Amino acid sequence: MDRFLDTFFNPVVMAKYAPDVIGGMGVTLTIAAAVIFAGIGLGLALACLRAYGLTILNFFIICYADIFRSLPPLVLILILYFGFPSIGIRLSGPMVLFVVLSLTLAAFAEEIFWAGFSSVEKGQWEAGIATGLGFTRTLAYVALPQAVRLAMPPLVNRVLAITKMTALGSAIGVAEILSTSTTAQSFSGSATPLTLSVIAYLVIFLPMVVFARWLERNSAWKSR
Amino acid sequence: MAYRPMLEIVALEKRFGSNTVLKNIDLKVAGGELVFVIGPSGSGKSTMLRCCNRLEEPTSGDIILDGRNIMSGTSRDLNRMRLQVGMVFQGFHLYPHMSVLKNVTLAQRKALKRSKPDADARAMDMLERVGLAHKANAYPAELSGGQQQRVAIARALALDPKVMLFDEPTSALDPELVGSVLKVMKDLKSKGMTMLVVSHEMAFARETADRVVFMDGGVVVEEGKPEEIFGAPKAERTRTFLSRVSS
Repeated sequence: MDRFLDTFFNPVVMAKYAPDVIGGMGVTLTIAAAVIFAGIGLGLALACLRAYGLTILNFFIICYADIFRSLPPLVLILILYFGFPSIGIRLSGPMVLFVVLSLTLAAFAEEIFWAGFSSVEKGQWEAGIATGLGFTRTLAYVALPQAVRLAMPPLVNRVLAITKMTALGSAIGVAEILSTSTTAQSFSGSATPLTLSVIAYLVIFLPMVVFARWLERNSAWKSR
Repeated sequence: MAYRPMLEIVALEKRFGSNTVLKNIDLKVAGGELVFVIGPSGSGKSTMLRCCNRLEEPTSGDIILDGRNIMSGTSRDLNRMRLQVGMVFQGFHLYPHMSVLKNVTLAQRKALKRSKPDADARAMDMLERVGLAHKANAYPAELSGGQQQRVAIARALALDPKVMLFDEPTSALDPELVGSVLKVMKDLKSKGMTMLVVSHEMAFARETADRVVFMDGGVVVEEGKPEEIFGAPKAERTRTFLSRVSS
């Protein structure tokens, strides 16, 4: 028991490396927030564009969504970080992480929002168009709010899955939670920093999971 | 009747692929007139109605609203025309994420560009007219079918349309709720609204319609005053249909 505590909960090691891991939390949170913002924004924009039903454009949107949903983000991260400098595109580690995760989240978000749009009754569109709103305003005021509402529970789950992947940054030296913890682990020779990373991830993601659960329970149409 | 048609359908044809659902339809609706369209399902009557605001794109023909052809012009012109053609659907299609008041003000604000106070005032007037002013802050899911349909009528009326189209407005309602919707329609008629109604409410047609049009197989088989169509139909097909629905 002592050995277990000493390995995972060594107070000296904890005190020494906690500041590093807390710093890593800042990096994780910043990248996660940027990824959520950009990924959802781009995904929503693509789903809206797809609603216009332009064949050629939709072909490209669907290709993009399918490709980015198929590829493991780590592969893309390694290509962008180690491969792209050879063709003259040099991105920092955090930037690579941000770009890859945003594009991946956008691909999933586009499909989720699109499923939301597809579930909006045809009659809703007709009601908007028949009252002179035209396609774009019907999209914005009638279909979009309903699609977003339908998309919320699956979207939050997907956001969770993708933002956790900020841990992939440890493969390219981004000083996020996992990276700072593994560094601390090799310096200290103790597994305690990994415990710190567990705590750090729980602090960030547990509230999001609880929020997702709450959203799922409250996603039905209500009176107000 | 002095003929300055408010709505005129000229040589309307609609094909879905190789299937012709409307063949050479001509129909005139005078200002203030209530024209009732009856016919078996699949006769094309709903499609004809939906062509009148181009929810369904006619294959050929013209739709003339108060002297202007809605088949010509830009998409912006089309949206302006659609403001002048109120449409009431079988399935109501109220916006579930908006209060009753918002449902009635949305197009006023965003398409007619009315100010919020103006739109709200107009919406309350119209809700008053359909007897639902007290439900302004309710959400569609809290209303009965009959109430939802009356809100849908108010939503269309709030845009000051020149013509109201009703596509089987009572078909999705429980029998005891039908009366409240018909009452609103009758009131509209008495206030001089031009109305084109597709419906199976034969008793209502008999009582309030100025003219009844019988459609079958994508053509207008016969039209006339209600007493002519219901009392002494000329065409065999009309007789068969009326005996089947036994109004």
